[in-house]
Amino acid sequence: MTNFDIFYEHFITYKGYKEYFTGLKNTAIIAVFGLVIGFLLGAIIATVKIIPRKNVPLKIAEKFFDVYVALFRGTPMTVQLLLLHYALFPMMGLNIEPVAEAVFIFGLNSAAYMAEILRSGINAVDKGQMEASRSLGFGFVPSMTRIILPQAIKNILPTLGNEFITLIKETSVLSFIALMDVTKALKSLADSTFEYFIPYIVLALTYLVIVLIITGLIKIMEKRLAKNER
Amino acid sequence: MNDKILSVKDLHKSFKDLKVLQGVTIDINKGDVVAIIGPSGCGKSTFLRCLNMLETPTIGQIILNGEYLYKNERVYLKREMKALLALKKQKLFDEETQEKYNAIEAEYVALRKAEKEIEKKANKNIDKQRQKIGMVFQQFNLFPHLTVMQNITLAPIKLKKMPKEDAQKLALNLLEKVGLADKADAYPSTLSGGQKQRIAIVRALAMEPDVLLFDEPTSALDPEMVGEVLAVMSELAKEGMTMVVVTHEMGFAKEVANRVVFIDEGVIKEESAPAEFFGNPKNERLKEFLSKVL
Repeated sequence: MTNFDIFYEHFITYKGYKEYFTGLKNTAIIAVFGLVIGFLLGAIIATVKIIPRKNVPLKIAEKFFDVYVALFRGTPMTVQLLLLHYALFPMMGLNIEPVAEAVFIFGLNSAAYMAEILRSGINAVDKGQMEASRSLGFGFVPSMTRIILPQAIKNILPTLGNEFITLIKETSVLSFIALMDVTKALKSLADSTFEYFIPYIVLALTYLVIVLIITGLIKIMEKRLAKNER
Repeated sequence: MNDKILSVKDLHKSFKDLKVLQGVTIDINKGDVVAIIGPSGCGKSTFLRCLNMLETPTIGQIILNGEYLYKNERVYLKREMKALLALKKQKLFDEETQEKYNAIEAEYVALRKAEKEIEKKANKNIDKQRQKIGMVFQQFNLFPHLTVMQNITLAPIKLKKMPKEDAQKLALNLLEKVGLADKADAYPSTLSGGQKQRIAIVRALAMEPDVLLFDEPTSALDPEMVGEVLAVMSELAKEGMTMVVVTHEMGFAKEVANRVVFIDEGVIKEESAPAEFFGNPKNERLKEFLSKVL
């Protein structure tokens, strides 16, 4: 039997593709929802940091977020997964559905980066934009959502795409907490056949194709957002 | 006195240790076109920005249509209290001064309470109040991600709950007036500076404000475009719009304004009708300033 025959046998005949697609689905869910949570939480953190005149609760929140960002940017994703899954959550008596748990942890991790990305994007928007919006009578929050954020997001779209790509690739560490993702699906297939070449090539191509598709989508979005430029 | 739109009393503004405004008092009546001139760094822009609370003053009061935008006069009582306490150190604090001190302190506590109340209400209403104060900036500050039409109709639709068709009709009328009706669907980045500034004026006008503030509206423009913006402003003045204009355009101050104000070192040094202001200036600093710019 050739390498390919072995792979074919395990992937198709023994239904290895089922695990592969479950893994693909989990990878997608965790990356997409992780990104969404990361974006929303990151937007909140960035907003708190940007508000000029802060009252006491906001000051406390800012300090808290500073520590949060330092912790999540200062430790590897794998370590965060291990620590939260095996140590902190069991200690707190939490028993969460694994995919939801992974979404949550990825969201927390992503938010730390997203907050900084958003903050730099917001700061890059001219101060006059906020003043013009306020002078028309819009409050701080509507000015943010209608005027500042649309411009900021356009500025940071490439960086945001990078963050999404990073997030997708980082899901490959999910096997550390015994969650089925593409990497784990193909790794176990390879381990059971002692035939490594094709499964890992397929694995690499899987990530590559996903990333190329996302890169293409981001380019399209950038073009659409650039319509107001000369 | 009900035609008084803005009333400013003893306005101070400091940035940390830098005192920019040191007691500006002025009333702006309906239909006034007030030109504010002065050397750069004299605080004229800061003063204008205080009028719609883009800058928060440090002392004084601002009243728009009879309602406080800002009030803080308790500082003076606090200072008196401090002065009396200083006497204590010199052992000059007798019973009489103690009584005086107590009286001032009571007054201070009451005033502080009242002013905090006013401040709370003013902060709550500020967005509503700003709808009545239009502002035109030196750098135009049009929203680059929106078309000209969207720039103009955004605030009327969202804040005044004007139906979209009405807002667009209003916008087109105003654009017609400034000669830019054909630019309604353009994005700001495709316009010249003069066109941008005329659109910015229309955007402010679309909210039908009681008063329009102009912060050096022609300073960022190429000389050939200054005229078209000044023409629009003169037209507005003729129609009776109340305007406060910080400007370096002496021609505009002379011909369009009905009051000219000279601000220097954070205070109003001279204020009069344009003929008097330019023909017979009294303040020494103003004479010097005019000799340089005219």
